[in-house]
Amino acid sequence: MKEKLVIIGNGMAPGRALEKLFETGPSRYSVTIFNAEPRVNYDRIMLSPVLSGEKSFEDIIIHGDGWYIEHGIMLYKGHRIVEIDREKRMVRSEQGATAEYDKLIIATGSVPFIIPVPGHKLPGVLSYRDLDDVHAMMLAAKGRGHAVVIGGGLLGLEAAAGLLNQGMSVTVLHVNPTLMERQLDPAAGYLLQRELERRGIEVITKANTKEIIGGSRVEAVLLDDGRRISADLVVMAVGIRPNAALGKEAGLAVNRGIVVNDQMQTSDPAIYALGECAEVGGTCYGLVAPLYSQANIVAAHLSGDSKAAFVPQYTATRLKVTGIDLYSVGDFAEGEDREEIVLRDATAGVYKRVILRDDRIIGAVLYGDTADGPWFFDMLKNGTDTRPMRDTLIFGQAYQGGTPLDPMAAVAALPDEAEICGCNGVCKGKITDAITGKGLTTLDGVRAHTKASASCGSCTGLVEQLLRATLGDGYNPAAVQPMCPCTDYGHDDVRRLIVAKSLKSIPAVMQELEWKTSCGCAKCRPALNYYLVADWPGEYEDDGQSRFINERVHANIQKDGTYSVVPRMWGGMTNPKELRAIADVADKFAIPAVKVTGGQRIDLLGVKKEDLPAVWADLNAAGMVSGAAYAKGLRTVKTCVGSDWCRFGTQDSTGLGIRIEKFMWGAWTPAKLKLAVSGCPRNCAEATCKDIGVICVDSGYDIHFAGAAGLDIKGTELLCHADTEDEALEIIVALTQLYREQGRYLERIYKWAKRVGTPSILANVVTDREKRRHYYERFVYSQTFAQVDPWEERVNGKDAHEFAAMAEFGLPVAAE
Amino acid sequence: MTDWIEIGTVQAIPRRGARCVSVPGGKIAVFRTQEDQIFAIENRCPHRNGPLSEGIVHGGSVTCPLHNWVFDLATGKALGADEGEVRTYPIDVVDGRIFLAADLVAVAAE
Repeated sequence: MKEKLVIIGNGMAPGRALEKLFETGPSRYSVTIFNAEPRVNYDRIMLSPVLSGEKSFEDIIIHGDGWYIEHGIMLYKGHRIVEIDREKRMVRSEQGATAEYDKLIIATGSVPFIIPVPGHKLPGVLSYRDLDDVHAMMLAAKGRGHAVVIGGGLLGLEAAAGLLNQGMSVTVLHVNPTLMERQLDPAAGYLLQRELERRGIEVITKANTKEIIGGSRVEAVLLDDGRRISADLVVMAVGIRPNAALGKEAGLAVNRGIVVNDQMQTSDPAIYALGECAEVGGTCYGLVAPLYSQANIVAAHLSGDSKAAFVPQYTATRLKVTGIDLYSVGDFAEGEDREEIVLRDATAGVYKRVILRDDRIIGAVLYGDTADGPWFFDMLKNGTDTRPMRDTLIFGQAYQGGTPLDPMAAVAALPDEAEICGCNGVCKGKITDAITGKGLTTLDGVRAHTKASASCGSCTGLVEQLLRATLGDGYNPAAVQPMCPCTDYGHDDVRRLIVAKSLKSIPAVMQELEWKTSCGCAKCRPALNYYLVADWPGEYEDDGQSRFINERVHANIQKDGTYSVVPRMWGGMTNPKELRAIADVADKFAIPAVKVTGGQRIDLLGVKKEDLPAVWADLNAAGMVSGAAYAKGLRTVKTCVGSDWCRFGTQDSTGLGIRIEKFMWGAWTPAKLKLAVSGCPRNCAEATCKDIGVICVDSGYDIHFAGAAGLDIKGTELLCHADTEDEALEIIVALTQLYREQGRYLERIYKWAKRVGTPSILANVVTDREKRRHYYERFVYSQTFAQVDPWEERVNGKDAHEFAAMAEFGLPVAAE
Repeated sequence: MTDWIEIGTVQAIPRRGARCVSVPGGKIAVFRTQEDQIFAIENRCPHRNGPLSEGIVHGGSVTCPLHNWVFDLATGKALGADEGEVRTYPIDVVDGRIFLAADLVAVAAE
């Protein structure tokens, strides 16, 4: 019997604890997680690059849905725990879900501190804590306008820079005389302020907020001194406090945070607290490095190591604003027993200050040139005596030993114990060992094997230097990501060469492009097969053995080796005859489950492989064909009832949906392609989260594309307006063909669109009629070979070997 | 002396493909590579019981259709970062006819 481990909260710290736990004792616990946020674990440190538009949410996911499935974790998304019953050892969520525990981890993080000035609850006043806050800010930024950020600390300044990037004008209000006073001394604070002002952010220090003014939403911020700053958006980023409420209600010892011993146990030994909500040794930590150490302690303790104990630690701070280099660590207040060494270069905007006590570094503040930060930090942690290098200390590591060195040599000179990645506690030796031991040649490789540079990413430069120092010319940072280990070419190169060299078979591609393996792998073969299908319609013979099982047998493999069968229902319309045939098939073949899908189809689940052809024959007989629910190809066109029935319908959305589906079925695409047509802007067919969606309006058809409603949630972008159904169809078909020709295998339309950019798509399928027509015609030509029902083919005997055993042996006749 | 049982012909299996032989209590997957080599292994991935005969065959390996574990068909050992192995069965091919050891067919049922 497995022990039950329940975790409240799904942030970075518990995520790390689970990783460690699975490493040491993979099967000891059955794990249940309750996450108040409706999503998987993501890298919260990277919210600022998301806000500034430099990264997308998918870039910062730490554990995708697959990870939870793989580890058998029950994850309740959007479930806030409201009660811990310590007697029954049970937790209960707002929605009423309960879970019993043998061990419980509270990892509820922190809540933003909101200054309770009048008006703090007005619409348009936000905090900056999670992805929802970022989305709200990005939405507000669409209206341009003016943002006021209250708080000139790390978080506030990152918010300000992000909002500026999103096109807002920004004012930062800070109560202290200089910015980031907890991490920076006044001189560095001043340099930072000057840089922010140069970029167009207004900074007001010594600003005491008195009131937030507004009616139906926020209008302005009023300061103590009477100044009034108008605002369309106010972001409060004045600090966080540990979210210890649950612990308190459960009767655990709580001070600022939930009090834990150095093994992270609360006053109830069955309950751990971890992360920003925990108070260990009187301190609540907020930076990721100590929180990850805490996570390691919890994991060790849960797997039976009772000796692991948390050690208080210094942490270094960096500001994640592109183009501003800032690093601080340790204690930098002035004092009698302290000395300091300062270097200023006003022209270059460089400021460095190292604080010494007894000839040992106790703190450092670097601005403008932070390359030596980890070196200073290293000496601080090791208590290195700086006397031998006192004269050149401030110039950095490169100047030690008399001759100036290049930065590469500086990295090479670091000792193996020097910490490179502060977030994940990875030292130089571990990275170089992984590079040589595992033959890594890319940044991604190092991230996968060591986790270095996988959290906040600020040590990326150092890791790259290590790659270069270790591999020499073998490291090429600009190299394109190869398709797979069988080739050095990336997807785009392979595709270009397939067309340029008229390569029309998989062996031809592998021969001409010098594949390193004899017949590829499970990654490149399906990709090549798609590229050849898409680029040489009518000429290339589809290679079933290079398709995943689902596409090879035209049904979806399930976890128990059975299959699911989904017949096509054009535009989601069906009739009694089809429904009867489905019911009869389910009875005849004892199909255990029948389910309605999200794409307006009916799914027959649990069909035995050998029954597939017979099931299809019966469905074919009722006029139904494969619904392609397994295909990297056209899946479904969802519709609403439109002007046929609905009192709000503006056009025949059902008819258009059916027309599109009948036109496009059978087409293979880089990844699955789901469409929808809604008859009015009320959008009952949910067209605005589809790969391509149509919203009918009085004047015609609004064509949307690049939505997502899976792992990522993304509304569509409006591509253009079409006046007639014919025009709408032509644009949708041309867009699909462009995607077929440019998309990388398994790249959904929204990722392709992001990569190539909307302007290039517009130029090809909207503004230039002639180009559009060419794409349209290429699609139509390709369809003449594609629109063959694969079920009917197999009912008639194609690939019969797939559906029957080669030989069958019953139980041997007992001889004894 | 080993008794051999004929299970079918090389031609009956597609190149870079596999077919199953049902034996009491389980399935043996019989593979044919691009170069017409024939291998027989247990049709069950040690990770999550994926049917290996449904995987993509490349070189002398197969990739499990469920979670992409890769196995060497000759040794049954997992390749790459994963650790595990599947059982292999001796095969004899004579004039394009494939034979399995009869006693092994029975033992495979355990």
